[in-house]
Amino acid sequence: MKRLSRILVVAALGLAAALPARAAETGWKLDRAEVDVADKASLQSGARTFVNYCLGCHGASLVRYNALRAIGLTDEQIKDNLMFTAEKVGQPIATALTAKDGKAWFGVAPPDLSVIARSRGADWLYTYLRTFYRDPSTATGWNNAVFPNVGMPHVLWKLQGERALKTEEVMRDGKPLSDGHGGTVQVSKLELLSPGTMSALDYDRMTRDLVAFLVWMGEPHQLARKQLGVWVLFALTILVFMTYFLYKSYWKNVH
Amino acid sequence: MAKGTTNAGATPPPVKQHWANQLLDWVNARFPLTPLWESQWGKYIAPKNFNFWYYFGSLAAMVLALQIITGIFLTMNYKPDAALAFASVEYIMREVPWGWLIRYMHSTGASAFFIVVYLHMFRALLYGSYRKPRELTWIFGCLIFLCLMAEGFFGYLLPWGQMSYWGAQVIVNLFAAIPVIGPDLAIWIRGDYVIGDATLNRFYAFHVIAVPLVLIGLVAAHLMALHETGSNNPDGVEIKEQPKDPATGLPLDGIYSHPLYSVKDVFGMTVFLLVFSVIMFFAPEMGGYFIEYNNFIPADPLQTPAHIAPVWYFTPYYSILRATTTELVYVLAAGLVVLVGFYWREIPGKLRPIVLGATAVLLVGFYFVEAKVWGVVLMGAAVLIFFLLPWLDRAPVKSIRYKGPLYKCALAIFVVAFLVLGYLGTEAPTEMFTRIAQVGTLLYFGFFVLMPWYSKVDSYKPEPARVTK
Repeated sequence: MKRLSRILVVAALGLAAALPARAAETGWKLDRAEVDVADKASLQSGARTFVNYCLGCHGASLVRYNALRAIGLTDEQIKDNLMFTAEKVGQPIATALTAKDGKAWFGVAPPDLSVIARSRGADWLYTYLRTFYRDPSTATGWNNAVFPNVGMPHVLWKLQGERALKTEEVMRDGKPLSDGHGGTVQVSKLELLSPGTMSALDYDRMTRDLVAFLVWMGEPHQLARKQLGVWVLFALTILVFMTYFLYKSYWKNVH
Repeated sequence: MAKGTTNAGATPPPVKQHWANQLLDWVNARFPLTPLWESQWGKYIAPKNFNFWYYFGSLAAMVLALQIITGIFLTMNYKPDAALAFASVEYIMREVPWGWLIRYMHSTGASAFFIVVYLHMFRALLYGSYRKPRELTWIFGCLIFLCLMAEGFFGYLLPWGQMSYWGAQVIVNLFAAIPVIGPDLAIWIRGDYVIGDATLNRFYAFHVIAVPLVLIGLVAAHLMALHETGSNNPDGVEIKEQPKDPATGLPLDGIYSHPLYSVKDVFGMTVFLLVFSVIMFFAPEMGGYFIEYNNFIPADPLQTPAHIAPVWYFTPYYSILRATTTELVYVLAAGLVVLVGFYWREIPGKLRPIVLGATAVLLVGFYFVEAKVWGVVLMGAAVLIFFLLPWLDRAPVKSIRYKGPLYKCALAIFVVAFLVLGYLGTEAPTEMFTRIAQVGTLLYFGFFVLMPWYSKVDSYKPEPARVTK
């Protein structure tokens, strides 16, 4: 039965390796968001982008303004730079837009973003914020590669510039490559129509910081959790050894 | 008068007892505390050859305690109100001191409970722990498993996320499939036409008091029944039937579980806590299996998610439910006829008309009642069939160590079918997946319904008189 228990452990590890990854429903490849919730400068930059560009429509009502102390801000800094929708730092980060107006204007009320990083994942958000493109067929004139027909317009377009979705067939030896089902293999790309005020690199950094802030907001205690976890594992490892020797010493006369 | 004569008849001065012993005597004169402790654990004699698989009983007890204690603290800040529930969980995660730790212990504990209990049940299948004279221990255990499923189901609604809401909707709607009374029954369960505030409140009541109360009672019964018959072991040897060691007065292969198994179980618990902590502190969502990503979207009765998957511990049974199509019902009908024919000679004459009648009723039912209903029936049967194990197994030995290739293959196939069904239940159904789930369903039930046959014709090695190493 020793063998069986070993098989079990291997199976458990195999299962852990096979955990599902969150992918875009559209099949658009998600870019990896290199977020670091320990980087306070990145989180503060994300907070600034959030209140300037997101908070007009999206709240983060499960988070209080003074929770931002945890990302290295003082109450004065929070009040002077980030609070547009509240009077006291103990108030939640709420949007001024009502759900009713949101539904009337965008077809769907903009969701609260407090835990959006936990349902969507950082990579999805990072890719989503960088794959808006011009589409004259939609109400807003914008569309998105990972969230087709999204109600949200490209709020950051002046920074990123305008782009268009180009779908073309993959050519091989001068002929379109067949997909084996009577069609052809197609690949979509975003092409720049007019540049924005930011370079592509700066825009990527800004969205990365914004996503980092969203990830932090999703679980503000996540760093503390991991830090405590290290100590707990350390203590439990010692305890495992102690209880093992206790067990063996009690059992040494059992044959 | 000589001094010696006066003192001879007097009682010696009483030994001054420690105050704790005096207190114990005081209690024992009024309540059987020492006898209770000694019969249940302190002087309980267990076989000395427990292996890895025997850790999971004590681990299940520990996880139960963990769930109850963390659950009590969660109720102090949770709000069972459709308008407040989602935010109150996040309030616990953010603003309640150490709330995140308590909540993650509870959410990880829920999955850990099922892992531990599934392994505990697997141990029973390995070594025939359900066999005579431990049938009642087994039945109490099956009832605990049922309670645990109810507890998991009710509890999963409470965070009031999209998966909470739509998972509950799917399961309660199963009851609506029952002919005639179904739709009204579903409304009665929900207390509303859809899952709503009334449903949340009653599920909360079941989760925090009704089911735990029954669960604790069943655990007590499970342990008392076990300590009455004595524990089985990997060799299936009954130590109570062994001669006593003249030196110790214990059966030859018996040892006192306290302190021997006490210290061994404490070691097991620390190893378990180490693994548990790795998950809880570093991957509490466990890649979307322990806490589903979509459950971070607040429940929205107007928006059905594209893919509704229950939590992983229900997925084998959810797979069986989804696999039951009209085609599978025809296969079941054919299987039933074959099965009755196959076992016909074994059925006592008096029972034959009843068996024939029941078969006829089922066949008519298979034809006229829609497959969806049979899916519900099969899902229920898949859990309830465990109860019958003591009477399905006709092997002359208990342990797999002395069973033949038929049982070893059957058990291996059953475990693979269970795992595959579990995986398929987490995935969106495709045509091929449904086919595989149907095969899995047949194999799952095959393990049980064919057991009277294969356990009889299998080859066996003789059970030893003494336990082996």
